[in-house]
Amino acid sequence: MTHLNLEDQFQAKIDAETKIEPKDWMPEAYRKTLIRQISQHAHSEIVGMLPEGNWITRAPSLRRKLILLAKVQDEAGHGLYLYSAAETLGANRDELVQQLLTGKAKYSSIFNYPTTSWADIGAIGWLVDGAAIMNQVMLTRASYGPYARAMVRICKEESFHQRQGYEIMMTMAKGSPAQKQMAQDALNRWWWPSLMMFGPKDDDSAHSEQSMKWKIKRKSNDELRQQFVDVTVPQAEYLGLTIPDPDLQWNEDRGHYDFGEINWEEFWNVVKGNGPCNRQRIQARVKAYEDGAWVREAAVAYAEKKDQRKLVSPKAQAEAA
Amino acid sequence: MKKDWPLWEVFIRSKSGLSHKHVGSLHATDEVMAIENARDVYTRRNEGVSIWVVESKYITASDPDDSDPFFEPAKDKVYRHPTFYDVPDEIKHM
Ligand SMILES: [Fe+2]
Ligand SMILES: [Fe+2]
Repeated sequence: MTHLNLEDQFQAKIDAETKIEPKDWMPEAYRKTLIRQISQHAHSEIVGMLPEGNWITRAPSLRRKLILLAKVQDEAGHGLYLYSAAETLGANRDELVQQLLTGKAKYSSIFNYPTTSWADIGAIGWLVDGAAIMNQVMLTRASYGPYARAMVRICKEESFHQRQGYEIMMTMAKGSPAQKQMAQDALNRWWWPSLMMFGPKDDDSAHSEQSMKWKIKRKSNDELRQQFVDVTVPQAEYLGLTIPDPDLQWNEDRGHYDFGEINWEEFWNVVKGNGPCNRQRIQARVKAYEDGAWVREAAVAYAEKKDQRKLVSPKAQAEAA
Repeated sequence: MKKDWPLWEVFIRSKSGLSHKHVGSLHATDEVMAIENARDVYTRRNEGVSIWVVESKYITASDPDDSDPFFEPAKDKVYRHPTFYDVPDEIKHM
């Protein structure tokens, strides 16, 4: 009988595509990586509600308003599925939230850009949710069971997000010249930040290699980015809009689109907290947390009072019910 | 004073005739809030006709580190499966 140490046994399980479940033995680094990644993902869903929430009261029709409300509500749900998944690894919900509020934890930089026109809501659904889907479809096969299962649920809900965004873009691109110009302007502003969503280039990505070995990720940042460009270019062409990249060109040999260099200085700048809305986003989350404190406390007090009553007289309770 | 809300596990029956299945967890102060939150978090698209919630601390689970010996007794009893038995070709239905 060959003797494998725990770490080798763990890797053998991963290699054999056996999912890891919460109570299974796992290397501390695997646990830490997952808690970091899943909680960042959860924070992104929560902060991601802010740029779109900005337009709920100003949606151009009741239909659009209902759809946008439902979409933003889904994002709240995504945040909750993911926080729960992180908790199966031993993380504490309140600590995770504190990490977001104090700026210790990161979230997707895309949400630090402002939504200045209604067309941005179209561009976000189409491009930002589109890019997120590419990443999340890959994560449905992540090696950690609760994360993969949360992703399956999320992916089912995401496809409507992208379609409603594309529908807004179609309506505007086919509308008046001013509306088409708004759609083009939104594409101009959201294109590059969307490509940045896939993270740094493979050569500069600190965690990628180990995450691939652990099958948390199955595709590299650059692979996913290429995949996104390849499927999105024809969608932009259909809209009659121009992607703001003079280097964008079909490469027959590679069977992929070539595209220009991302402004990495801007990328790192936003990651470090200096994007257009970083402070505003965190302030909004802190305000929501503080304004909600009395509700959380009242709910606890109410539950405790009810428990007290049960202790005093279970029979009286039963009769009152 | 701050107090963490307890964690609840959520089980949903997707339609009559099927069992409840574990879908995830959430925090709530009591069982009423747990059921209502479960509805809002896990059934926004008619995913269920019935919800069970149970506080996570009340779940007892078998030990995964022990699962090999624990499930061992069932492993060598192939005769519990119908495929263990040869049925002659002449017998059409059995
Ligand atoms: Fe989402
Ligand atoms: Fe989404």
